[in-house]
Amino acid sequence: MNRFLWLALIALGLAAPFVVYPVFMMKLLCFALFAMAFNLLLGYTGLLSFGHAAFFGGASYVTGYLVKTSGLTPELGVLGGTLFAALLGYLVGSLAIRRQGIYFAMVTLALAQIVYFVALKATFTGGEDGLQGIPRGLLFGLIDLNRHYTVGGGPLGLNLYYFIFVLFCLGFWIIHRTIHSPFGQVLKAIRENEPRAISLGYKVERFKLMAFVLSSALAGMAGSMKSLVFQLASLTDVSWHTSGEVVLMTLLGGVGTVLGPLAGAFTVVTLQSKLSSVGPWITVIIGGIFVICVLVFRRGFVGELGRLLRRPL
Amino acid sequence: MGMSIQTVLSQVMLGLNNGVFYAILSLGLAVIFGLLNIVNFVHGALYMLGAYVALLGYSMLGPLLGKPDFHLNYWAALIVAPLVVGALGIAIEKTMLRRLRKFDHLYGLLLTFGLALIIQGVFTNYFNVSGDAYDGKPEVLNGVVDLGFMMFPKYRLWVIAISLAVCFGTWYVIERTKLGSYLRAGTENPELVKAFGINVPLMITLTYGFGVGLAAFAGVLAAPIYSVSPVMGSEMIITVFAVVVIGGMGSIMGSIVTGLLLGMVEGFTKVVYAPASGTVIFLIMVVVLLVKPTGLFGREA
Repeated sequence: MNRFLWLALIALGLAAPFVVYPVFMMKLLCFALFAMAFNLLLGYTGLLSFGHAAFFGGASYVTGYLVKTSGLTPELGVLGGTLFAALLGYLVGSLAIRRQGIYFAMVTLALAQIVYFVALKATFTGGEDGLQGIPRGLLFGLIDLNRHYTVGGGPLGLNLYYFIFVLFCLGFWIIHRTIHSPFGQVLKAIRENEPRAISLGYKVERFKLMAFVLSSALAGMAGSMKSLVFQLASLTDVSWHTSGEVVLMTLLGGVGTVLGPLAGAFTVVTLQSKLSSVGPWITVIIGGIFVICVLVFRRGFVGELGRLLRRPL
Repeated sequence: MGMSIQTVLSQVMLGLNNGVFYAILSLGLAVIFGLLNIVNFVHGALYMLGAYVALLGYSMLGPLLGKPDFHLNYWAALIVAPLVVGALGIAIEKTMLRRLRKFDHLYGLLLTFGLALIIQGVFTNYFNVSGDAYDGKPEVLNGVVDLGFMMFPKYRLWVIAISLAVCFGTWYVIERTKLGSYLRAGTENPELVKAFGINVPLMITLTYGFGVGLAAFAGVLAAPIYSVSPVMGSEMIITVFAVVVIGGMGSIMGSIVTGLLLGMVEGFTKVVYAPASGTVIFLIMVVVLLVKPTGLFGREA
């Protein structure tokens, strides 16, 4: 992708809170990073994890706990959540890569359910209520993330927004570097033809595990960011619904495309906020989109666009 | 901890009662997986749908038809629910799953996941998530039976008996009859079976209908025991997935036996350490993945 597009995207991100409701923007950035992390696994390694909410939600609990109960600064909270997700990813990944294809999906779903049970039963997670009122605190002990600036006529929480935006860009950059590195090429080789990658002498299991850990760490970072934005870590974040949602975002935008998950997350987050009045029908709508997407455009928005333009996006 | 042999046996019996549901559902998944190569995520939702056919047939069908005294009774529901859900399954297979056959098997999982969300979402809109009680339990099945070591509810004993009969009946048909041999051959090599003049697409459609019909049958059996709620299926399906990973979907008998055993282990865990009873199946899955990754009865997929 060319340099101008990148600069345009960054400029768009910097200007966004002045145009769009910042909380909406931040929610979008969190879920977009989550979907991109997931796509690293599904799109570039060919592994469908149906339990990614465990990393997203697990990290969101850990960050919430570190910031609220241990009184850590937000950047350390995010770091803690991300490391926790990486460790959890190592454990889940080591087990799940022992099976392939649909079994892999079922194993990750079932393992994520253990995390859900722990979140439900443990005391430090707040059970049914979750962790509420997570403080945003002082970044590096200096910058108040709660501070609002008066811009135009309304107050804007710019400190928090730019903190989230920087983290998002960091995550995006890591994913971009990974995909275009020799390591990323090996992952694609595994996706295309695993036996061939093995016969070329690659230790496929190790590559899969590394991709899994990286993906879960970044999914965790997204979850940590989310807990600071909404000041809440809840059971929804670790439930299978959230695991399904991230699959949908990626599928809708385009599996295996760089910008697809971003477009997919944008669509789903927008739908959720526009359709918040329809209540439980949102599940039906999400399910319907899933069905249409699988039946009609498996390449997703960005994938179909890339096919029209005849170049990978 | 008072762990008398009585308590253990009675919990294991109650566990077996859950186990028969795991067995019927994982059997259905295995049958469908064998021929269609998809993991039927909508299985749990169709199990829930079966329970609702029984519930609504009993309490709402009469008023709807203008005959307030009419109830679709339990025995009729046992037949009607699998037929209704089976027909729905056939429609799903013919209109949607069929189109995905030439693509990656993961798309089948994603499609059925979407369908599960739709069905569950619709029922969440109209019914209480905490569940409704089913009042249509036949009087014959009220009361308890003395098993020697415990008084066991007659209804639960019936559920165990009829489920075992259905499971082993299915096993017999698939493993020991000519029809079953076509099915098994279709699993191994559909092209070759087609060349012998057998209508494989029809066989696939009917197999899917039969598999989801089993789920609906289990749903009707479950209605008088558990409260009928829109989320009963999604809670069940994730556990059943773990059961399927433990047993492996390659073998019909394997999935039945694994389902029964895990139900009993779960019951036993309730006596030993109750808080773990919700997760014990998942923990066993972890152990199985470490020791024998292909599953207890599995062939490598």
